[in-house]
Order: sequence, then C-alpha cells, then structure tokens
Amino acid sequence: MSAHVEGQLPHEPEKATLEGRNKVLGFWLFLGGETVLFGTLFSAFLALRHQVLDGPPAHELFSLPLVAIATALLLTSSLTSVFATQALHRHDNKKLITWLIVTVLLGLGFLCLEIYEFYHYVKEGHGFTTSAFSSSFYTLVGFHGAHVALGIVWISLLIGQLAKKGLTVVTAPKAYVAGLYWHFIDVVWVFIFTVVYLMGKVV
Amino acid sequence: MNRWQFVKRLAPLLALMVLVLSACGRSDLSTLNPQGPVAQEQFGLMKLAISIMLIVIVVVFAISFYVIIRFRRRPGDKTIPKQVEGSHKLEIIWTVIPIIMLIILGVPTVQSVFNLAKDYTKDPDAVKVIVTSHQYWWEFEYPELGIKTAQELIIPTGKTISIEAKSADVLHSFWIPSLAGKIDTNPGANVNTMYFSAPKEGVYLGKCAELCGPSHGLMDFKVKSVDESSFDRWTAALQEPVALPSDPAVKEAFVSKCLTCHAVGDQGGPAFPNLTGIGSRQTVGGILVNTDDPKYSNEGSTEENLHRWIKDPQAVKPGNQMPKVDLTEQELDGIAKYLSDLTLDYQQ
Amino acid sequence: MAHGHAVKRHTGLMDWLTTVDHKKIGILYLIAGGFFFLVGGLEALLIRIQLWKPLNDFVGADTYNELLTMHGTTMIFLAAMPMLFALMNAIVPLQIGARDVAFPFVNALGFWTFFFGAVLLNVSWFAGSAPEAGWTAYAPLAGTTYSPGHGMDYYVIGLQIAGIGTLIGGINFLVTIINMRAPGMTFMRMPMFTWASFITSALILFAFPALTVGLAALMFDRIFDANFFDPSGGGNSVLWEHIFWIFGHPEVYILILPAFGVISDVISTFSRKRLFGYSSMVFATILIGFLGFMVWAHHMFTTGLGPIANSLFSIATMLIAVPTGIKIFNWLFTMWGGSIKFTTANLFAVGFIPTFVMGGVTGVMLAAAPADFQYHDSYFVVAHFHYVIVGGLILGIFSGLHYWWPKMFGRMLNETIGKLTFWTFFIGFHMTFFVQHFLGLLGMPRRIWTYLDGLGFNEMNLISTIGAILMGFGTIFFLLNVTITAFKPKNAVNDPWEDGRTLEWTISSPPPEYNFQQTPLVRGYDAFWKEKMEGKKGMTPAEPIGSIHMPSPSILPFFMSLGLFITGFGLLYSDGTWGSVGGIDTGYIIGAAGLLVTFTCMILRSLYDDHGFHIEPEDQHDGGVKA
Repeated sequence: MSAHVEGQLPHEPEKATLEGRNKVLGFWLFLGGETVLFGTLFSAFLALRHQVLDGPPAHELFSLPLVAIATALLLTSSLTSVFATQALHRHDNKKLITWLIVTVLLGLGFLCLEIYEFYHYVKEGHGFTTSAFSSSFYTLVGFHGAHVALGIVWISLLIGQLAKKGLTVVTAPKAYVAGLYWHFIDVVWVFIFTVVYLMGKVV
Repeated sequence: MNRWQFVKRLAPLLALMVLVLSACGRSDLSTLNPQGPVAQEQFGLMKLAISIMLIVIVVVFAISFYVIIRFRRRPGDKTIPKQVEGSHKLEIIWTVIPIIMLIILGVPTVQSVFNLAKDYTKDPDAVKVIVTSHQYWWEFEYPELGIKTAQELIIPTGKTISIEAKSADVLHSFWIPSLAGKIDTNPGANVNTMYFSAPKEGVYLGKCAELCGPSHGLMDFKVKSVDESSFDRWTAALQEPVALPSDPAVKEAFVSKCLTCHAVGDQGGPAFPNLTGIGSRQTVGGILVNTDDPKYSNEGSTEENLHRWIKDPQAVKPGNQMPKVDLTEQELDGIAKYLSDLTLDYQQ
Repeated sequence: MAHGHAVKRHTGLMDWLTTVDHKKIGILYLIAGGFFFLVGGLEALLIRIQLWKPLNDFVGADTYNELLTMHGTTMIFLAAMPMLFALMNAIVPLQIGARDVAFPFVNALGFWTFFFGAVLLNVSWFAGSAPEAGWTAYAPLAGTTYSPGHGMDYYVIGLQIAGIGTLIGGINFLVTIINMRAPGMTFMRMPMFTWASFITSALILFAFPALTVGLAALMFDRIFDANFFDPSGGGNSVLWEHIFWIFGHPEVYILILPAFGVISDVISTFSRKRLFGYSSMVFATILIGFLGFMVWAHHMFTTGLGPIANSLFSIATMLIAVPTGIKIFNWLFTMWGGSIKFTTANLFAVGFIPTFVMGGVTGVMLAAAPADFQYHDSYFVVAHFHYVIVGGLILGIFSGLHYWWPKMFGRMLNETIGKLTFWTFFIGFHMTFFVQHFLGLLGMPRRIWTYLDGLGFNEMNLISTIGAILMGFGTIFFLLNVTITAFKPKNAVNDPWEDGRTLEWTISSPPPEYNFQQTPLVRGYDAFWKEKMEGKKGMTPAEPIGSIHMPSPSILPFFMSLGLFITGFGLLYSDGTWGSVGGIDTGYIIGAAGLLVTFTCMILRSLYDDHGFHIEPEDQHDGGVKA
C-alpha cells in the first residue's frame, strides 16, 4: 500500500480500498451529525436573536460589506477545493497540493476577517456576555469559525503528507474527505450569512 | 414454576382491582378522587385510557400465559417446529385494532386539550389569581382585589379561578391534584394560564411538581374553598390595618427583624411571604400542619409550629431563604404568640 | 507489501489499554458499564432507604438531590449505554460476518472518551459537590445562581466528553453495518439485533449533536457567563427543555431498540422458530426510530406550549404504540407453535414482554396531554419509565448477557444461579415500581426528598423499598454467577445453545481475533440455521484460506481521551480556584495542556500510517475448528 507508483492508482483512488470506502461513508455520516449540531445552534440563535438587552441591535451592528468580502473568500475557497478534488481524480498530486494551498490561504483570509469582525463588535459593546443575542451569535458563528480553523490546520497537515508521501490509496481518501468537509463549512456559512446577517439587517 | 409465575403475574392486576374498588386516596390530594370539574375531566380521560389499556394488557397476558404453558419444550424434545414467516392477516389485525383504540382515545384527548386551554383571564365572572412561585413558597396575588397572600389560596366555592402562573426564580409547577392538573411556572415573561374551580367547600393540598432545589418536596400549599360571603369577608379583613405586638420588646424585635422582609397589613417588606392572617392558616411554612390534636412529627398547634419554624427555618425546610434570626427566647415566644393570634375572622 | 510487518503484541494491562479488537472493547464496555450500573444501583438503594418512611432524614436534602441526579445520569449514560455498546461490539460484527468494525481505532477512542467522561462525572462525588439539578438539568436551576457549586460543571463537561465517545461509536456501527457485511448478507437477511443496533446508531448520530450543543451552551452559561438560559440576560429556560428533549426522547429509543433486538434473537432461538413477521419487525423498528424524533414535546405538556402543540404531540406519541404493538405480537407469535426452552436468557426475554407492555400502556396514558397534567412529574412517571427502562432495557441486557456470555467469554453462566437472579430481580422490580403508579396517582410528586406522614404514601413506599433491596440481591446473584463462572474451564462450544441461528454461533467461543478464518457466504435469513437444516455443520466459505490483515493496537486513543479529561478538569476550575500563572488562570493552562495532548495524538495518528499486520494461514489455528 505504501509504494504506489503514479499511474497505477485506480480511477477513484479514495474509494479503492475498503478503508477508503469506510472513511468516505463515515465522513458523510459525520457531516449528517454536524448538520444536526448546526441546526440546533441555528434554532437557539433564532429563539434568542431579539433579546439584545442593552447591547447594540443586529441591524446597527452588522456591516454587510465586511461580511460580503468574507463570504466571497469562503465561496471562492470552496471552488478551489473542487479544483483540488478534480486534480485528485486526475491523479495530479502537484495541482492537488497547489489548489489545497490556495484553499487554505483563502480560509485564512476569511478567518482573519472574522477575528477582526469580532474584535470590532466587542468594541461596539457586543461582548459574549452582553445578552442572549450576543451569546448565541458568538456561539453559532464561533462554532463555524472554529470549524474553519480546524479545517485549515487539518488541510495544512494534509498538504505536508501529500508532499511527502505522494498520492496513494491512503492519502487520497484523506484529501477527498477534507474537500467534503470544506464544502460543508461553506454551506453552513451560506446559512449563517442568510439567517444571521441578512435577517439581522431586516428590522 | 409456571403456576407460581401465573399467580405472580396476576397479582398486579388483582392489586389494581382492589385499589380501584376501594378508596382512591385522600379526597384532598388524590387525582383518583377529583373534587372539581377540571380534575373530573382529567379523571374521565384517565379512566378511558386505563380501560383501553387494561384490554391490551389482558389480551397480551392471556396470549403470553397460553403460549408459555402450551409450547414449553419437553426434556429431550428434538423436534423442529414449523418455521413460519409471518401472517399478513394477523399483522393487519394487530396494526388496525391498536389504531382504532388510539382513535377512541385520541379524539377526546384533543377535545380535552382545547377545553382545558380556555382562557378565563378576561372573563369578568372569574376570580383572577397571579401565582408566583419562589424557592420554596407560593405567592398568591388577586390583582382585581389588590391583595396578596402566601401559602394558602383562598377561593370562593363554585367560581372559576383563572390562574396566571410565573416564577420568581427557578422552574416550579403548580399542582392541586384533587382539583386540577399542573402547570409549570416559568421565569421571565413566560406566563402560563390555567383555570379550575372547587364546587365544594374544603381544604385541598397543593404541591410543587418540578424539581426546584433541596426543599422541592416540602413546597406544599393549601387551597381553601369557602362560600362567597366568607371570601368577601376574607378579602376585606386582609386589607384592614394590623396591630403590632403590644409588648414593646417583642414589637421592637418584630419590626426590626421580621418586617424587613415580611409584611403584616400595610407595614413591612413585600419580598417574602405576607404574614397577615397567618394565625388562621392551615400550616406554617407549608408543611408544619396546625392542629390541636397532633399525630405526626410535622404537626402541632399554630404557636408551636411558628415557634419551631422561626427558631430554625433551615431545619424545617433546608435551603430556604429565611435565615436563623437572632432572637432571645422571650422575643421568640412573643413573636410566635403574636403571629398565632394574627387571625382573620371570616368564616361562619 | 511487507507481510512480516513487525507489530508489537502487548500483554496484560497494556493489551487492554491498546486493544482495537471489537471483542475486547466490548468487554471493556461491559466492565465499565457494569461498574457504573452498580454505582447507580447503590444510589438508587440510598434513595429508596431515604423514602422508606415519612419524614426520614437518612440523607440530607442536598445529598438526596445529588443522589437522584447522579442515579439518573449514571444509569442512562454510564450504565445502560455502555452495556448496550458492549453487546453491540461483541456481537454485531460476528452477526454480519465481519472480521472487525469499520474503524477499530475509532472504536477504542469511543470507549476511552466514554470512560474518561464517566470518571470525570463521578469525580464530583469526591470534589465537594455532585450535580444536583436532576439528570434533565433544567435551567435556571442548573445555572450558577441556583447551583453555585461545581457539581453541574462536572455534569456538563463529563457528559460532553462521554457523549463524544457515544457519537463516534454510533458512526462506527453505521459504517460497519453498511460496508462490512459478508457476501450474501443483505439488509433483509440481517439478524434483528444487528438491525436494532443499526437504527440505534442512526438515532445516536442525529440525536447526540443536539445534546452536544445543549451542554456546550449550558457550559458557556456556567463558566463563561453566557445568557442562553438565564432569563435575566434575555435567555430562555424553555429553550433548554426543547434542546434537551430533542436529544432526550430519541435517547430513550436509542436505549430500548437494542433490547428489542436482543429479545427478538433470544426468543427466536429458544423457541426453535424463525422470528414471526421479520420484515414487519424491521419496518416497526425503523418507524419507532423515525417517530422518536417527532415526539419530544410530550415531556413538556405542562410547560405551556399551547393546545395546538399539545394535541399534535399527543397524537404523534400515541402513534408509537402501533409499531411497538406489532413487535409485541410478533414476539408472542414467534413463541406460538414453537418449542420454548426456558433458559435464564429466555426467562428474561419472556419476562420482558408483559413487563414492557405494562410500561408501554402507561406511556400511551401519558401521551394524553390533559391526563398528563395529572401524571406529569409524579411517581406515575417514575413508575412508567422504570417499567420501560428497567423492565425493558435492563431485562433485555440481562437476557443478552446470559445468551451471549459463552460467545464473549467461552464459559457458560450457571443456569441455577441465573434463574435465581431472574426471579429475585423480576419480583423485586415489580414490587418496587408497580406501587409507584398509585403513589403518583394519589398525589406524590417525583424527586421529593421526603414526604409528610398521614398522606397515605407510607405503605407503598415501604413495599417499594423492599422491592429495591430484592433487585439488589438479584444483581448480587448475577455477580456471584459471573465470579463462579470465571473459575470454570473455558469449554463452551461454537453453538452452546444448540439452537443458534445466526453467524456468531458458527465460530469458536470466544472467537479468534480475526473472527472468521474464511468470510462466510450467507444464503438466507437465519444463515446458520439454514445450513443446519440442510444438514451442514457450518457455513460455506466465500473466500479461500489466506493471510488476514489486522489493525495494530494503539495507545493513542487512551491518551487522546486522557487529554480531554485533563482539559475538562482544567475548565472546571478556571474560576480562580488554582490561582493564575502570568495573568492566565491556571485552569485554562491545564485545559490547554490537555488539548495539546489530544491534538498531538491526533496528528501522530494522521501522520504515521497504520499498516497493521497479517496473520498467516499457518498461525490461524485457534479458530473455527475447536471442540
């Protein structure tokens, strides 16, 4: 298993072994659980979002341009992760690594914007403990941000592995599920953008 | 062994019959002995459900016993029974019959849900009461009459009582088993409503039915149903000025150490149970029952109970908010005596 | 591929700490779950001693609330769940003809996170204050204002860690059952226990993340002063009830479905008959799982959700009676016309049926919302859920343990002591809980520290306490049986009950570490029975004898979980208890150190590929042909 030569990889290397198939299926199921996790976080946020107490209300707080840039970064990173998966299916390890690097950089950009955004909100008087709205906001968006951060660390390690070990039936499933994961956090962000930011702007 | 099993399985059913046929518990406490229309309606639904469920139990038990006895394996029996895959006819039967039974139960359930959700808060004929639960006591406010009392809900017989229930701290649940099922008291602005009435005069036991802390089990209250003229006299008496203790030393202690939190008449603080008329209440602290003929360790005369409570409230109701007040023995005696004489004369 | 890949084989304690073998992990779950079952049982006995007479002060009011909280939490999360996982681990791969689960490493990780979470929760007893707000942890009582000690912190963090273990265990079984079935083992040929484990795992997957969020929010409220459930900060206490029960109701089906599976297999085996209406059993199991997500608000009828919600949840709840009824009658008709042998395992299974029906009918009674206003939070509810959980689940687990004990340990439990166990436990159970229905109806609320004299509660509470002591004796008899059996020779044959129908009975007891020397070819439902009826001794192999690939043992799961334990402990005391270092609370530093351990282990796991090792045919001598 350790010494596959380029060209000998099967068509879909991530599903070539039972371990690979298990990993992909298990990961899909894990994302199912993650959906419930974020669903619950969204429900809690929706239940509490009008409880602003003394803090600034959502429509005064949120600055859409900043969030729009963050959204654009994350959506683009989703596209680049598709390119990475395509490269994986073409068995092109170099392209795969390149696209993963781009994905990670875009993710980092998103994360920096989010950190700046949080910092800015805290200065505006919207701290974690200000109100039920703020607590549920930071928890929901923060859980997502933590997922992005974790994804960045994970994919970075993966890039190192791909560079060192090459594309094999062991590394391919890892790269494939990392792509799934990245799409998932992108989809979650689309919901956050709609439910938290756009609906927050509607007074 | 099987005969043994048979008798033992039957025992619960027999016990049930005995219980149903004999007394259904205290008429001031049991849900099986309803004393008002709301509890009556709930009891009706319970009876319907129990009847349907007894049918199910009898059928299942009968088949179980038959099967267990009839199809036992004899020692050394090596025969292989016929391997049956299933039976569509039977499977349809035991799918459809339960559905019919559930419809029989479901329709009155839904009717009753809506019936019990009727809103009497705007009804001019109903007596409105705002119930506020505290760790571990009950506050009853009559907003239309402008009066507040604690631990003992006095209601006029036959009138619909419209309850708005809320909590001042944690969740509690307001339950008078013999008059009406419970409703949770939620904190914040989340007010629940319910209603009930008591056609007969009497005293009914109320309980807290949601875990609220160490003394959850001791958070009892009473509902006292009195005729309408007595009720009017009670509301009037509650608003009359109350004389403070005549002994100056007791008065001084009472004002400086009790009225900081409690109120009598128009004096004192509102945050804790109002003591006006405490001498005529059924209990002290909800659980020390006032009686001239004490039988149990939680019973005594009003004065004894007050004395016991004030001396060490934490020993009676662990975790409650009332501290052990620093009083001399004379002050304690005087205050207990004074409070036990603080009666409202409203019943004929 | 280097076949002779050198993998260090551990022995003794190190073997148990590093094992990734599902059979050994099953035993670990059983030991841990059994231990916490005893702890929870002891708490139950203390509760019953406190309640044996009115106005008793055997334990204080605070301690009583700690006992009732820890009894519920321990029994549900730390005893029932792991004992089910024990059976699932030990049996499911065997029943589908697999050599292992899909993720052996994750399997071990699941056990160790559960274990360290459970230990953390119970450390609270020795740290001054145990959780005291009930296993439901309703806010605001569970918040810092009304539960200021560290007890509820232990609850939120301990359960969170244990919950992670359960969640990954669930995913593992789903993938195992979907991907690793032997050739011919189609879904509609799977034994009922495997089916039940499959549905239960799906419920775990979709229910536990809600608990994760709920516990995280409550933890934020308690440790970081967030405002999810605190009304003074704009929070909402009813939100907690919703989140808790969206998890909590599926949780009770997570518990009961595997017991249904055990009962199906045991009754079928000891009646020497095919399970009656197999496909409707499968359908009923799926339907129960599905409906289980639709009915959470029946725990909240008195919360004040309004008549529309109450009606809908009433009706949805009643509907669950239909698939459950199908199961009951299918079991009865499996026995009908059969040749029933009353082994201890079957006694528990047969005793389960009427007992569970009694718990089921009170469930339907509780579903009628207006009547529930009377039952809710009274001893009637206590009686109901103990009938379904003890009368259902625990009888099911005892049945499964007696049934599969020879397969797990290679030794038969003593039948005489087994029957003694059954009768004391069964009679004790009914004594304890039957009267509690009436206590509730007569006006006794649940979770009360004591009750006044003269209310008519005395006699029934005394009966209940005596029953609980009998149940204690039943458990002691079981332990005695286990101890005696442990000293007997390991001589159980492949199919010790002689009527085995499923694949686990085709291999030796206990199975070799690779389970099946050759993967079996499954030709129908009740695969082994089918072969037996055609006069064959075993299964037709689906592959030639060859080298078998095995995963390597690893200590990483242990340390990953230990890291989480340390993190939890640090977070618990991040309130200045241990001072600070360089302006940062020592608690946070310890927490970060724990996380570092966990993440380092994860990275190590990711970077160093596990090539496993191979067992060559000449070394495969301890399997399949013994005795």
